[in-house]
Amino acid sequence: MMVEAAGYQLLPVLPEIVLAIAAMVLLLIGAWCGQRAAGLVTGLAICALIGTGVIEYLLPGGRLTTFGGSFIVDEFARFLKILALLGSAATLVLSREFLEDQSRRMFEFAILVMLSTVGMMVLISAADLIMLYLGLELMSLALYVVAASNRDNVKSTEAGLKYFVLGALASGMLLYGASLIYGFTGTVSFAGIAAAAKSGSIGVVFGIVFLLAGLCFKVSVVPFHMWTPDVYEGAPTPVTAFFASAPKIAAMAVFTRVVLTAFSGVVAEWQQIVVFVAIASMALGSFGAIGQRNIKRLMAYSSIGHMGFALVGLAAGTVEGAQGVVLYLVIYTVMTFGAFTVILAMSRNGQALEQISDFAGLSRTNPLLAFFFAMLLFSLAGIPPLAGFFAKFYVFSAAIKAGLFALSVIGVITSVVGAFYYLNVIKVMYFDERAEATDAVHLELRSIVAATALFNMLFFAYPGPLVSAATAAAKSLF
Amino acid sequence: MTTWPILSVTTFLPAVGAVLIYVMARGGDEAANRTARWIALWTTIVTLAVSLILVDRFDPANTGFQFVEQATWLATGIRYHMGVDGISLPFVILTTALMPLCIVASWKSIARRVPAYMMAFLILETLMIGTFSALDLLLFYVFFEGGLIPMFLIIGIWGGPRRVYATFKFFLYTLLGSVLMLLAIMALYWNAGTTDIPTLMQTAVPYNLQKWAWLAFFASFAVKMPMWPVHTWLPDAHVEAPTAGSVILAAILLKMGGYGFLRFSLPMFPLASHDFAPLVFVLSAVAIVYTSLVALMQEDMKKLIAYSSVAHMGFVTMGIFAGTMQGIHGGVFQMVSHGIVSGALFLCVGVVYDRMHTREIAAYGGLVNRMPLYALVFLVFTMANVGLPGTSGFVGEFLSLIGTFKVSIPTAVAATLGVILSAAYALWLYRKIVFGALVKPSLATIKDLTFREGLTLAPLVVLTVLFGVYPKPVLDFSAASVQNLVNNYASATAAIKAAALP
Repeated sequence: MMVEAAGYQLLPVLPEIVLAIAAMVLLLIGAWCGQRAAGLVTGLAICALIGTGVIEYLLPGGRLTTFGGSFIVDEFARFLKILALLGSAATLVLSREFLEDQSRRMFEFAILVMLSTVGMMVLISAADLIMLYLGLELMSLALYVVAASNRDNVKSTEAGLKYFVLGALASGMLLYGASLIYGFTGTVSFAGIAAAAKSGSIGVVFGIVFLLAGLCFKVSVVPFHMWTPDVYEGAPTPVTAFFASAPKIAAMAVFTRVVLTAFSGVVAEWQQIVVFVAIASMALGSFGAIGQRNIKRLMAYSSIGHMGFALVGLAAGTVEGAQGVVLYLVIYTVMTFGAFTVILAMSRNGQALEQISDFAGLSRTNPLLAFFFAMLLFSLAGIPPLAGFFAKFYVFSAAIKAGLFALSVIGVITSVVGAFYYLNVIKVMYFDERAEATDAVHLELRSIVAATALFNMLFFAYPGPLVSAATAAAKSLF
Repeated sequence: MTTWPILSVTTFLPAVGAVLIYVMARGGDEAANRTARWIALWTTIVTLAVSLILVDRFDPANTGFQFVEQATWLATGIRYHMGVDGISLPFVILTTALMPLCIVASWKSIARRVPAYMMAFLILETLMIGTFSALDLLLFYVFFEGGLIPMFLIIGIWGGPRRVYATFKFFLYTLLGSVLMLLAIMALYWNAGTTDIPTLMQTAVPYNLQKWAWLAFFASFAVKMPMWPVHTWLPDAHVEAPTAGSVILAAILLKMGGYGFLRFSLPMFPLASHDFAPLVFVLSAVAIVYTSLVALMQEDMKKLIAYSSVAHMGFVTMGIFAGTMQGIHGGVFQMVSHGIVSGALFLCVGVVYDRMHTREIAAYGGLVNRMPLYALVFLVFTMANVGLPGTSGFVGEFLSLIGTFKVSIPTAVAATLGVILSAAYALWLYRKIVFGALVKPSLATIKDLTFREGLTLAPLVVLTVLFGVYPKPVLDFSAASVQNLVNNYASATAAIKAAALP
């Protein structure tokens, strides 16, 4: 294919171009038809996201680069981009019901999700600091807006503002770190930095600290996690589901790529940071969730903890570790998406239910939904034979191989603490007295819940393809 | 020999039954409950029948694993690998044999959410059989830990008043022990490049790793067993669980700990096992004496039996870590016997509980006057619990005591003291419940065993007495595998003994 302009190969970046153009076309359709086109725009956006995923899959194999090596498509990028696209598409499927409400009808939601997804894809493919920042900001700016998309709700607007202010601060730190790294290594490309930063000079270490601080904010790990519970609680549930899935994938992907490719020569310098962040996140995620009454806040702490677990794999700094991170992201995304779909499905007389106590007796009023949610929660707790166990197995196994015994022991102990609050939700559903019946669940939500729960339950039976794809993705980084 | 994967069929047949219940027993009315009960009963009976084919085709003289099945799973070193030897097969049979009895015992006493209950039990059966027949460490772990989910629900949904506390304690205790074992499994994986159990048994593990891995495995199995001082979840779980749940807990789940010691700790970490044996001896002796004394103080029947279980498991751990033929053989036999006897004792408690809805010992007395058959059956199991010669309880205790005597006389002496104490609490319980005058007005109309209850208890009475006077079938079954284990253990530890002598 001859797609070449301004002297650059455009083929590697074709999926991003397609998605961006699709977003603009849909924007025009929306502007032309007004808010009644919301359903149509959302539907087309889902098709565009899936179509982009297909293009991404069909790109020639191997390692493609363009824009002077600042944009890279390898197995790792391809795998995680498809995952992020699926996450975004699933978000839009979830939000259809939410957007049907007359007062909230808006076609912009789907377009913002698409643009944010373009940002994620750029971020995942970033091979230098400029591209990283570009992708990160495109992703985040759209996210700030969708966080506040429930305009008449104080909590939602508060969530959006909080996220924006803190996000801007994090971007600032990231930029400062990037400039330090540029100053001390003389280049912004990851390969160049890796060649220049063989020994950890103090300037590079400072740069790493600030760069990682910015990235930690995006993946919401301690000590840059403060926004997470408030934003998760305040944002509309489909948006929360989105926050917990696709942007996390992208941010974690770039985190992995930066430390493993750009700083492969100064492992000891960043490893201690990642180890500390992982331990602190796992501990805070587990202990912080115990006291929560609101299920979305609980899921926020849960996501902090889970990102800590994913970082355990990254801390190993090996190919097994990268494979663990990739698998963790896949399985975590599916689990958390399923869980948020259940939360979205919970309503009584049209009122959304968000308190954990609202789940009382769900196993009697809606046995199948309760069963699937219980399986998702057991999976999040990491109990075999569910998928969440295998996710934890791979990251901890990598950490053990790398000799990070203290990290592993602390990690598994916090996972036992974490099991407590998941069990508590199951207890409310199964052991407590029956509450009033909940509303019937829409077909789209039911099928997403069933699909995610069955994935979790049956992963153990046929793990081969996913594991080997994750291995291939991880190997392409080394 | 076989053309069909008989072991996998045995393992996964109950899960198929669970799916069948989900499909067939719809509607939540009495008809659905009945369907669920019958499907569960037939599934467990068919599973038992299939597992008896295993017994028939099993070659007791072969020390290796039989009915081996392999398939690719996670990675080249982590495969789906199943098989049984003389140590694991008795537990598989114990599981499949007790399950139909549990289903029958829950026939009337479980009235709400019957399909879910039966599904949980069938899934649990799959996971238990899988635990005993997995030949890959990770596969073992998946089955071993997976059992927590159905058991958590069984205790939590169908349990007594303090069920939530009990089931959380059970779950979190067991999980905490097991996650440490998981880390050790990973370390072994990176050491040998595989989690294949037969391969790992041949692989020499560096001493330092042996030590830590032994401790990690010990953390898991000691909680599961349970050994003093991590036994406190057991009385709570037993008291709150429904009758059949208690039976499974006592008869099968506790045996996973002992099985783990036999399958992993001794063969894979012989040096560490040898070095830590004194620790196990002390803990076992304390468990036997201390929990027997605690049992004497109980006012709740189930709690008393639960503490007696801890004491009896003390004999098992003691025998296993003695590392002698008699000790290990006795440990295996004791586990099988305890599986039958403690299961039966919990069924006996369930019989009177279903009538009176209390487990308080003080609420009973003089039952012999109205329930002569029950008194007889309960007597047999009480005597077996005491370890009276002629019952299966005697054989296991005796063998493990001899085995330990060769290695550590003080432990054996303390354990023998425990035998006396066990007579004290068991006979005291029996006297309080069965003997004396029937003065309590609430008991005036109590009925003797029904046909259904008799049906569940009769096979256990027969087995208890049969294995008491003729233990040869069980002992022969495991003899070759145990001998093999003892030989390997002896040759591995001979080196350090020789080094210590000069």
